Amino acid sequence: MKLTLHVWRQSSGSAQGRFVRYEANDVSPEMSFLEMLDVVNEQLAAKGEAPIAFDHDCREGICGSCGVMINGVAHGPSRSTATCQLHMRLFKDGDEIWVEPWRSVAFPVIKDLVVDRGALDRIIAAGGYIGVQTGSAPDANAIPVPKDNAERSMDAAACIACGACVAACPNGSASLFTAAKMSHLGLLPQGQAERYRRALSMVAQMDLEHFGGCSWFGECQEACPKEISIDFIARMQRDFLTASVTRA
Amino acid sequence: MELKSRIPAGPIDRKWDRHRFEIKLVNPANKRRYSVIVVGTGLAGGAAAATLSELGYNVKAFCFQDSPRRAHSIAAQGGINAAKNYKNDGDSIWRLFYDTIKGGDFRAREANVYRLAQISVNIIDQCVAQGVPFAREYGGLLDNRSFGGAQVSRTFYARGQTGQQLLLGCYQALEKEIARGGVTMFPRTEMLDLIVIDGKARGIVTRNMVTGAIEPHLADAVILATGGYGNVFYLSTNAKGSNATAIWRAHKRGALFANPCFTQIHPTCIPVSGDYQSKLTLMSESLRNDGRVWVPKAAGDHRAPNDIPESDRDYYLERKYPSFGNLSPRDIASRAAKEVCDEGLGVGPGGYGVYLDFRDSIRRLGRDKIAERYGNLFEMYARITDEDPYEVPMRIYPAVHYTMGGLWVDYNLMSTIPGLHVAGEANFSDHGANRLGASALMQGLADGYFIVPLTVGDYLASAKLAPVTADHADVRAAVSAVRQRTERMLAISGKRTSQSFHRELGRIMWEYCGMARTAEGLRTALEEIPRLREQFWRDLFVPGSGEELNQSLEHAGRVADFMELAELMCADALHREESCGGHFRVEYQTPDGEALRNDDQFTYVAAWQYAGENKAPVMHKEPLHFENVALSQRSYK
Repeated sequence: MKLTLHVWRQSSGSAQGRFVRYEANDVSPEMSFLEMLDVVNEQLAAKGEAPIAFDHDCREGICGSCGVMINGVAHGPSRSTATCQLHMRLFKDGDEIWVEPWRSVAFPVIKDLVVDRGALDRIIAAGGYIGVQTGSAPDANAIPVPKDNAERSMDAAACIACGACVAACPNGSASLFTAAKMSHLGLLPQGQAERYRRALSMVAQMDLEHFGGCSWFGECQEACPKEISIDFIARMQRDFLTASVTRA
Repeated sequence: MELKSRIPAGPIDRKWDRHRFEIKLVNPANKRRYSVIVVGTGLAGGAAAATLSELGYNVKAFCFQDSPRRAHSIAAQGGINAAKNYKNDGDSIWRLFYDTIKGGDFRAREANVYRLAQISVNIIDQCVAQGVPFAREYGGLLDNRSFGGAQVSRTFYARGQTGQQLLLGCYQALEKEIARGGVTMFPRTEMLDLIVIDGKARGIVTRNMVTGAIEPHLADAVILATGGYGNVFYLSTNAKGSNATAIWRAHKRGALFANPCFTQIHPTCIPVSGDYQSKLTLMSESLRNDGRVWVPKAAGDHRAPNDIPESDRDYYLERKYPSFGNLSPRDIASRAAKEVCDEGLGVGPGGYGVYLDFRDSIRRLGRDKIAERYGNLFEMYARITDEDPYEVPMRIYPAVHYTMGGLWVDYNLMSTIPGLHVAGEANFSDHGANRLGASALMQGLADGYFIVPLTVGDYLASAKLAPVTADHADVRAAVSAVRQRTERMLAISGKRTSQSFHRELGRIMWEYCGMARTAEGLRTALEEIPRLREQFWRDLFVPGSGEELNQSLEHAGRVADFMELAELMCADALHREESCGGHFRVEYQTPDGEALRNDDQFTYVAAWQYAGENKAPVMHKEPLHFENVALSQRSYK
């Protein structure tokens, strides 16, 4: 297949960025999207041009490193698929593809398609954990956890912190990300002791990082490669409201 | 050089407890006077950094990704072993110890392995307390499944994403400590050299991957937890960024490298689909609980798999190894797959694949149950191949996955450089010549949560450490060396990219140092690798400059180190004239094609010392004494 790519190039955070057009020839349908970019980069290097910088690592949709807007859709046209898992059989000969980094004031561009997602780590640092010192734990089977709760907690815990939810949201909200972690921990008995403190501190951090608020578009759920449900946002809001009323 | 393993005396099941009492402790109020550097923040590094900080030490942690949560530990799928015996099927610490020693083909240190089995129970407790959402039974207690190389069900799991959940537990603990101020985190920062002063590890030289700044970081002790070196083969199940640079530079500064040729090839990975292939995707071993491995009995049988009747199928693992069947250990299953494909019985494009078929277990358990166990893995497979494993068998083929070799460490996980500790896959310690499934997660967390935070204390309390600053001559020299090497790489301005060199190195290594090794092949590799390396330093092209984010420069530096490590691996494989675990020498096999060990001559750890550029490395032996498990032919029949 022959494809035309329009890729956002920006040499540094403070530089002006712009779209640059590239022709990708001989693209095999079996290739992944990032493998296609690898091939384009080898061609650029052969011409002495700067390769396109993009974050990636596991190439199997679990580390959350990769993530670009593909024709305006976070992670591209396939549902529940991270950019690295997207295969070119979903495109056809002659297609034009616009490739951009995540757009959010909370995710400043570092270079080309690479953005700074440190804000997500800072939200976790604000309370996305259970405060248990190594070595102090009781026996693992001491507290039974109803199977349904464990399954639901795992559903929420599957978040890979890629930031697609933020990128897809018209408000640039990180609610799905924050709610996923809060729900993962809040659904387990071990998470109860800090549950309401966590609600207040994580939401506060989310606001400090200049993410937008949630007004229920639901774009985040559509974009999420791990199918995290916006039901968890409802849960977050309930916990936050409860915490605000009982603990403010 | 004498290798002192510092194994404590006494009966094996009391060694660790005794050691914990006998090693020196750092008084709680004194811990804050010490600083520790941790490089790599996956399971082993993240756990160590968080725990050291909780204990009161000042920790500086480094990772090359944008966040500790991206470490490749996140991709581990199937599960984590622990000797809890919740299933009441005969498991015990002793049995886990025994299975691991046997699984490692009697090339691991007994004392370290026993300790691993002992600590395994505490790991599960810690993870549950952190909120790791392990699978549960209806009564609310933890579920288990079986894994290769074991006849008990001792693997705890979280769907097919256990590594992710364990890493998130550590990562969250680490973030808690970052918020508290006990850990200073340096993401997007890679270690390019070790700083050794007066023979002790006192810090690292790093490159900031955004600005290009090269600077020293000093501490009282250094811990490397930088993972495995599988990417020396170019194609492996590792992440693209996984590399050997930190341990290799430490090796060149004096840390001996143990058993580098002990690499593991995992039997169930998605086969290669083209030249552009950038990595291989693992399909968890846990699938072999419910999948049956087969190939057509006749070569050239190109019928669709569902059209091939039972009588025309060879379920070769069940046939060759009746006791373990589809759950035979990885080295055995990988070689069996290679064998059938070499005989022309392979399936899929190119003929390098075998079937992993779920038809029977879907019939027996129902599709929903299979989805519950393996949901995400089936989706992953379908996305990549466009084939649905609920309808047709998966196609799989062996791929490089894990490295049992690594920097040599003693019982305290300290290398031959005082103060330099090594944890997780980066060390050689527990898996001998072959790692059993679900044990890497166990080892990373045992090392990180429970061993290194204590043993580092022993070092700190014993060592007399003079204060050092960035002005020290050895610090300046190390920084300068890194700058020069970086500039040199940028200045070559040849015609070939580091990708191109990496691919070629990978082909040489897979061909001559892969699943089946011969003296002739290894000698060929030992000629081709230095030639390729020489070409690399003459013809490399790295676009861009060092003062910016430059992924080509990062990659080139890692490939340069792989070029040297590859040679050591081949030398190690050539010297070890026996077959054991993942190291299979065609010349040393039993009449029915199994690994033939030579216990009389090779029951030792081969610890290699760097002797200088273009000089042959020097091998030191640490003899292994098996006092608790009798050496025997490893049979899974």
